[in-house]
Amino acid sequence: MAQRKPVRWHIVVFLAPAVLVYTALMIVPLFGTLNLSLFNLDETKTRLFVGLANFATLFGDPRWSGAFWNALANNAWFFLVHMLVQNPVGILLAALLSSPRLRFSAFYRTAIFIPTILSFVIVGFVWKLILSPIWGIAPGMLDAVGLKSLFAPWLGKEEYALTTLALISVWQFVGIPMMLIYAALLSIPDEVIEAAEMDGVTGWSQFWKIKLPLILPSIGIISILTFVGNFNAFDLIYVAQGALAGPNFATDILGTFLYRTFFGFQLQLGDPHMGATIATAMFGIILVGVCFYLFAIQTRLRRYQF
Amino acid sequence: MKRTMRFALLASTMLAGAAQAEDVTLTIESWRNDDLSIWQDTIIPAFEAANPGIKVVFAPSAPAEYNAVLNSKLDAGSAGDLITCRPFDASLELYNKGQLADLSGLASMANFSDVAKSAWQTDDGAATFCVPMASVIHGFIYNADAFAELGIEVPKTEAEFFAALDKIKADGTYIPMAMGTNDQWEAATMGYQNIGPNYWKGEEGRKALIAGTQKLTDEAWVAPYRQLAKWKDYLGDGFEAQTYPDSQNLFTLGRAAIYPAGSWEISGFNAQAGFKMGAFAPPVPAAGADCYISDHTDIGLGMNAKTAHPDAAKVFLDWVGSPEFAKLYANALPGFFSLNSTPVEMEDPLAKEFVGWRETCKPTIRSTYQILSRGTPNLENETWNASANVIKGTETPEDAAKRLQDGLASWYEPQKAK
Repeated sequence: MAQRKPVRWHIVVFLAPAVLVYTALMIVPLFGTLNLSLFNLDETKTRLFVGLANFATLFGDPRWSGAFWNALANNAWFFLVHMLVQNPVGILLAALLSSPRLRFSAFYRTAIFIPTILSFVIVGFVWKLILSPIWGIAPGMLDAVGLKSLFAPWLGKEEYALTTLALISVWQFVGIPMMLIYAALLSIPDEVIEAAEMDGVTGWSQFWKIKLPLILPSIGIISILTFVGNFNAFDLIYVAQGALAGPNFATDILGTFLYRTFFGFQLQLGDPHMGATIATAMFGIILVGVCFYLFAIQTRLRRYQF
Repeated sequence: MKRTMRFALLASTMLAGAAQAEDVTLTIESWRNDDLSIWQDTIIPAFEAANPGIKVVFAPSAPAEYNAVLNSKLDAGSAGDLITCRPFDASLELYNKGQLADLSGLASMANFSDVAKSAWQTDDGAATFCVPMASVIHGFIYNADAFAELGIEVPKTEAEFFAALDKIKADGTYIPMAMGTNDQWEAATMGYQNIGPNYWKGEEGRKALIAGTQKLTDEAWVAPYRQLAKWKDYLGDGFEAQTYPDSQNLFTLGRAAIYPAGSWEISGFNAQAGFKMGAFAPPVPAAGADCYISDHTDIGLGMNAKTAHPDAAKVFLDWVGSPEFAKLYANALPGFFSLNSTPVEMEDPLAKEFVGWRETCKPTIRSTYQILSRGTPNLENETWNASANVIKGTETPEDAAKRLQDGLASWYEPQKAK
């Protein structure tokens, strides 16, 4: 008397809200954008299917491709600064904070994390004021230590503006890797540390040989979060430099390029079709990056069970 | 008692309904929410007193959202009877979609010059769909106390202008000129479009560019860039990172002597600056040359093609085109000048100086606004970038002009190489 397996409705019911909300808010718009990038207007302003012609324009037309590669290169540099400064500094701060001999560690932790919860608008505006050559405190502070000659209107110079903004972003977000690594460091069992100490591995060599390998998966997660966050970035540049991402497009990243194209700017009317094309290219870049991480890096990371 | 109350309420509602049926109410869509009190206290009462039976409601939305809000209201059929018009393509698109009515036949259209109407006409000038309301004029505002202190005469020619700047710089008390390149549009709008008309001869050059008989690489269009390239030495330290509000503050705090301006600054500066101010028109290349000013059409008023009260709306629009409205509006908002051919007597001294140039100089509008900014790359945006680069010295005037010309020629038929 084999009973038929009852349909397990509760699984469907419990999954439904999340699936529906996610589909309505993420999946449908995503495919809408991908679809939009395959259309354009003809002379009489009727919408028509153009296949990959928009992509041919984006990568083939010297103006479009020039702007695109400039934005992509700037974006890559923006990401590189975060990887080289934000994440190592975050790890360093976490290592210092988890040191049992440090006093006021709760205070430092909070103080370093606070910028993360500030709005981009505030961060952009405050830093613009700090670095302002007219009212800012940066020139005055440099003057006080006799280094006035080092001051430059950084946000207005093509060669420094992007790096300056990347460092401002690092300042804002260094709390995130710090917190994640801090949590990972705290989760290392005391037995492991004790065993290391028995074997005479202490201090920095303990950090390099014992702790760092154990927190590598966290570092991997942080890297991929930084990658996705940076290639979707827009707010800080828009707030500090405007949609034209001056000076002379030196701070133009994919997000601002997309914004200008999609929504238009001043007399430039918005072009949803080319905008969707850029959005699709961004989606592709991020997808490739994430896949590379998932398949090439994460599968090789060793995990330790305690 | 209760029943009487109810009856009275019912009666009053019906009466009110009847009264409303007699009066026509017109609603105005606008982005000028700053002007709400001026409309409610000054302009609308004046109109209603003269035109019993028509009531007007001014219903503005936030400037940044105006275009989007208006478009969705027009599409849904819930927009007001009167529509405040942005200049050029934004309004032209509404007209082409049949959402703005053709107003060419309106009697008061005769009160406006062709330049004034150009912002709200079809490309061939056959139909005009908004009544021009106001324009902004470019020039230079200066610190009159500083000029008196240093013994500087108000400059009229290019040479005198740079002599004055040199003198201010040599003295060292003031930054000669308050302008930054961080926001880019300052360099283009208050720089290039401000001084340019004197070189490309206003409308003559602007029309020739649209017709394709002049190029941006012609001397008339490169010369203003050569002037801008010389401005670098007279701007404050770190002007590369100086923003628009920074420039305004530098001037109103009395730290800079000359401010390349648009007339919309007047009311703000009157409130902020603690010194005497004056204004001078963009200097001409040589003494005795004709002068041209940028008198840029900025605001118009059109009629929703689907309005239920087209006759009442036309009465109002006719009145907006009258000298009476011009006087009320221009004096309530010094710096936004009436486009009416009948000169308006201005009360604000600074505004008076600006509007006075209309009598001696020929007006034009910003060169990039009509037709030329329809394609990609967008000429207006490119001009921002090029002007900022030229002032900073990272691009030569010739290179900048060539880049703009190449960009324009890449999509604009009359400019394509023949």
